[in-house]
Amino acid sequence: MQTVKMVVTGPFSAGKTEFIRSVSEIDVVSTERKISAASEKTVKESTTVAMDFGRITVDDDLVLYLFGTPGQKRFDFMWEILSEGMLGFIVMVDSTRPETFREARSILETFRAYAPTPYVVAANKQDMKDAWDPKDMSLALRLDSKVKFLPCIATDKDSVKSILLELLYSILSDMESGEK
Amino acid sequence: MALRGNLRDFTITQLLNLINLAQKTGTLVVEGPTETAQVAFRDGKLAYAQVGQASSGLASILYKANILTAGQFKAIQQRTNHIPDKELGLLLINAGYLTQEDILTHIQQFYADIVQRLFTWVEGFFHFENDILSPEDRIGVRLDLENLIIEGSRQMREWEQLQDEIPSLDMALKFTDRPGANLRNINLSVEEWRVVSYISPRNTIKQIASATKMNDLEIRRIVYGLLQAGLVEICRPEGAAPIPQVRVFPTEDKEEQKTLVNRLISRIRSL
Repeated sequence: MQTVKMVVTGPFSAGKTEFIRSVSEIDVVSTERKISAASEKTVKESTTVAMDFGRITVDDDLVLYLFGTPGQKRFDFMWEILSEGMLGFIVMVDSTRPETFREARSILETFRAYAPTPYVVAANKQDMKDAWDPKDMSLALRLDSKVKFLPCIATDKDSVKSILLELLYSILSDMESGEK
Repeated sequence: MALRGNLRDFTITQLLNLINLAQKTGTLVVEGPTETAQVAFRDGKLAYAQVGQASSGLASILYKANILTAGQFKAIQQRTNHIPDKELGLLLINAGYLTQEDILTHIQQFYADIVQRLFTWVEGFFHFENDILSPEDRIGVRLDLENLIIEGSRQMREWEQLQDEIPSLDMALKFTDRPGANLRNINLSVEEWRVVSYISPRNTIKQIASATKMNDLEIRRIVYGLLQAGLVEICRPEGAAPIPQVRVFPTEDKEEQKTLVNRLISRIRSL
């Protein structure tokens, strides 16, 4: 059996667990714990402390694993371990919480330093009324125009599929340009 | 019980607070990731500081503060190699070159800068030696720690923000491809120009800091400003040793890898 993996990263409460849950064929193996910090509790009740783990069986011979990183900074020692051998990565950003954009940028730079693999950035929670416009977000995140910055709703399977496909197209295009 | 431990458990701020409140006399030795600092205190006040192998001698301090030229510094070193700093200070005062106040101000600033640098150290071990006092051949000072702690805490907050923004100094910088952006029309400080002159994907931020004699905080401040202005962007350094590649694909064959990605695409589409 051949296996490949992709990593879903981003700040606390960006929607990483939901993203994996939307497409995983198994119940996401999640290491969620109740949040103790009062400031974080206002955003959600529990959070991922080690990793999320989802699976998509491609065929008899190939499986894609999706790993979600813990969002809270004090668990960032897990990031490098999870990034080892990844095909590519997705940076999730909560479109409704501009206070997390700077951290998202920092996470993106950290993962770029771990491995020169393709990545896309997903502007999650685009269905919320106070979501930022993706164009404004791209500027605020100081993303290069060549970086794929895609609107996303992590609870919507089709939206998640399109993000995964865009990342796979980038991987393919990278492989083809590497051959030239 | 001996005062020793790990900076992860007990920060520099907490240590200085303790030394200040307990009015301790002795030397705090901090072993950071790359160098060791020795900071001496007398009755809870800063008396002397040295980091790494860099000299904390008076001539060296005045040279670093641009009070002495390279030629003067060399001449002093040759002529007065073994005389204590106090005698050298008297020589300079008697020669009308500096006042006592000038000398003390520069020494205080030098020691305070070393202590401020310590605030950025988050990894390392420390121990406090009650028996070790400041070296006798150096000029001691008596600096209150309160202001240093307040300023250090301020810098630490700034440091944390800058570290979030620029997590690694092993990355390089390149100018953004912004049509119309002309550096000549932008007002940069001398320090910023010095950094700009070294910007190239071949130079890591750490190398630029070394070439421009800036510490981590100073280089991060400038790079942060240039990033915010959209003038530069962070990139992987050219010619850097490739990151040891963990196997991404289960096969080495390029065609098989492409087939594998196409299989993934088909599967995701069918979900």
